[in-house]
Amino acid sequence: MKRKIYMTAGYNTISMGTGRKEFNPRKERPGLEHYISEAGKGVLNQIGGADNVDESFIGNFMAARFNKQGHIGGFIGMIDPGLEFKPAMRVEGACGSGGLALVSGIRSVLSETADVVLAMGVEVQNTVKAIYGADILAGAGWYQKRKNSHAYFFPGQNSDRAGAYYEKYGYDYTRKGMGKWFCNDMENARLDGTAQEFHNSTPDLEGMYHGMKPNGKTFVDHLNILDCSKVSDGASGIAIASEEGLKRIGVDKKDAVEVIGWAQLTRNITNDPPNMLELTTVKKAAAKALENAGISIDQVGTIEIHDCFSIVGVLGVEALGLAAPGKGAEFITEGNTSRTGKIPMNTTGGLIGWGHPTGATGVHQAVTIWQQLTGKAGNAQIDITPEKPYGMTINMGGDDVTIAAIVYKRGI
Amino acid sequence: MNYDERLKHVSVLGAAGKMGSGILLLTAVEMADISLKPENKGKTFVLNAIDLSDDGLAGLMDYLRVQVQKIAEKKAVMLRQLYADRNDLIENFDIIEQYVIDVLRIVRPTTAIETSYRSNLIFEAVSENKDLKVKILKQIDTNNPNQAWFFTNTSSVPIHIIEDEAGLKGRVLGFHFYNPPAIQKLVELIVTANTLPEATQFANSYAKALRKVVVPSNDFAGFIGNGHFMRDALHGINQALELANTIPLTEAIYKVNKVSQDFLVRPMGIFQLIDYVGVDVVQFIMKVMNPFLATEDLHSDLLDKMMELGVKGGQLSSGAQKDGFLKYEKGSPVAVFDSKAGDYVAFDSFSAKSDEQLGALPNSFKPWKTAVKIAGNETHFGPYFEEMKTMKTEGAILAIRYGKRSDAIGRQLVADKVAHNDQDVNTVMLTGFFHAYGPINSFFE
Ligand SMILES: NC(=O)c1ccc[n+]([C@@H]2O[C@H](COP(=O)([O-])OP(=O)(O)OC[C@H]3O[C@@H](n4cnc5c(N)ncnc54)[C@H](O)[C@@H]3O)[C@@H](O)[C@H]2O)c1
Repeated sequence: MKRKIYMTAGYNTISMGTGRKEFNPRKERPGLEHYISEAGKGVLNQIGGADNVDESFIGNFMAARFNKQGHIGGFIGMIDPGLEFKPAMRVEGACGSGGLALVSGIRSVLSETADVVLAMGVEVQNTVKAIYGADILAGAGWYQKRKNSHAYFFPGQNSDRAGAYYEKYGYDYTRKGMGKWFCNDMENARLDGTAQEFHNSTPDLEGMYHGMKPNGKTFVDHLNILDCSKVSDGASGIAIASEEGLKRIGVDKKDAVEVIGWAQLTRNITNDPPNMLELTTVKKAAAKALENAGISIDQVGTIEIHDCFSIVGVLGVEALGLAAPGKGAEFITEGNTSRTGKIPMNTTGGLIGWGHPTGATGVHQAVTIWQQLTGKAGNAQIDITPEKPYGMTINMGGDDVTIAAIVYKRGI
Repeated sequence: MNYDERLKHVSVLGAAGKMGSGILLLTAVEMADISLKPENKGKTFVLNAIDLSDDGLAGLMDYLRVQVQKIAEKKAVMLRQLYADRNDLIENFDIIEQYVIDVLRIVRPTTAIETSYRSNLIFEAVSENKDLKVKILKQIDTNNPNQAWFFTNTSSVPIHIIEDEAGLKGRVLGFHFYNPPAIQKLVELIVTANTLPEATQFANSYAKALRKVVVPSNDFAGFIGNGHFMRDALHGINQALELANTIPLTEAIYKVNKVSQDFLVRPMGIFQLIDYVGVDVVQFIMKVMNPFLATEDLHSDLLDKMMELGVKGGQLSSGAQKDGFLKYEKGSPVAVFDSKAGDYVAFDSFSAKSDEQLGALPNSFKPWKTAVKIAGNETHFGPYFEEMKTMKTEGAILAIRYGKRSDAIGRQLVADKVAHNDQDVNTVMLTGFFHAYGPINSFFE
């Protein structure tokens, strides 16, 4: 890359929704304005204020339907008057919107139009019941196919993937891996005060998971709700800066992560996935990002992957090349992805445990990696060893359609 | 006439009432589901919602719209299949909206009882007044050429009396929902010596379609549920009066309520339950049942006194609990009525003393909410009551006495042939009253 790119000053709001003690679906709750403002200010406070920001990007998927609010870029100036009359725009790629905000920021810094970018993501989804939320989220698929799809559109798509995996590799074998993935997420979420499942205290997670069998009559055939990410309200923000930018905001390199490789790929949404047992776009994007970074997956110390469903965790492990096809479930069951395993993943709970405010998730992933690599992850901190100093994020929009993959290392 | 045809033209009498509105909702949804079957395309289904009250009917339609929408949201997975051929309905939102329309278009709210003259099936849920029920059913039957079937929701009038007096030979049965019908799983089914087997069979199919648990009860005033509850309540009231020989009645009521809730592990104490059902309703049902009872006097002066003072309990239309024996804040009892002073006495002012007199709960105590979820919970309640029997506290003694009485009431219902067997009594109390264990058991021997 022609300039060094850093990320720093990450901030997450609480991921609000079922699981949080303070969540009450019957009471009025904060809206988009609250979350955007909290996360935006959270970043600005760490970088010497709004005057230091050149441009802003905000990822958002479907505020136009969840909140009847379009034109989300217009809210950037609300965070701080210092951001007004500067470039700001909303970017959208379904649940991959946050990743697109990061990539947009990286591009701006690379193109030398900016030295400091505020990259954000937001979604406020608890405004409608799940059954209508499913309609809204189905916008991440091709509307021409909506008529013949499942009431719960995305769980339906991923249920089909899980079903295919069960059929090829065995039901119990697969559920074991998915169950372990769920347990890892919950245990990690309990360590992060902003996580939606932070208050989770179920004594026997595994027992609970395996006690709940998928039921196609009320939900989908091959998944139960524990296999699914949360419905969340939340926002995240992070600063993207050049070397000059870091100096301007007074942040030391060791308190930042450097972006050493990235890739953003998009699959044709009107096609069905080429292979139900593979996340083809994730596979290509991850390989390209690693290649750009000039490292191999074995050198990566921690990964935030887009586990909107536990089956995506299994398929993701395979797409990253950590396990051969069909071996992903086993890889997880053996504990390799747990916080003390070979390659800890989703160390603050992922989409199932931390939460999934769709448009914010990609940014939240970057914040977690920044925290882990710079030793700022608090109770959720894992060991980062010199042999495996790198971090990685994979953010996904739709069913393996829009992917942003980014590789990081701590600044020196 | 098959099941679908029987349900093609139906009327609910008293549709704006507490019970009628629920019966109407469940029936409207069942009729809509039938009307949407491919073989019924093009047929018109009619459900008359008949009531005296225009205001009540307006409220009913609001209630229906909200409730049908909730039901549709819950079964959206199935509805997508039901409307698979409707290319104009794509999102869940479209499909749910269409279903609500399809249910509501069946319902005809009206004050004109004449509309029921064309029905094949009539649900009766008007006020609990035998003469009123007999008069309307007779009037409808005289004018209705269809040999219609009548399903009455009466809580206390023997069905054969309605049958005789309204001249409905074989075409009436008791289909006794619990309040609220949309939520309570239990239905007591009461037939007379003449009831047509087809009608009973239909009633069972209909109950099954509504996913209700059916318990057959013999045709005896109060049936099983009220037969048990009224006597159980009377025991509680009399127990409190006995304690009131030495302590104020307010404290006695508090104690008996606590014993029946906590010590006996029930969802609510007996005085709270009386308030929930309504002091007036309890007094009234006792009054209707009493003449049919040869060897006991089902009556309480205390209830009469409460009614004289205008303290009735029951619920507001919002579902909130009205004050009765107890006063409620956010649904929980906080004070008890002092009938001498005509005002409430806060629990706080005496409960510490009363609790100490009652003594602690057994160590193995688990609250109702937890205990009710334990599968095969005899393993919990057996040892729990054994432990209680070894305790000599006032609370333990009152609870064991109460449990014994509740058991005896249950067994008497079987001996009197109101219930067919012990199991039916237990099912009614478990399902209709949410008890955690059946009243007929061996815990209190
Ligand atoms: N409430 C309960 O817990 C409960 C439980 C089981 C059974 N029941 C029985 O259900 C029946 C109805 O009870 P409820 O509690 O719903 O009473 P309710 O007072 O709430 O409803 C009775 C309705 O009947 C209407 N009505 C009265 N006379 C009428 C007439 N001539 N024509 C048409 N409508 C008329 C009233 O306007 C009212 O809307 C009673 O027989 C009662 O014993 C009640």
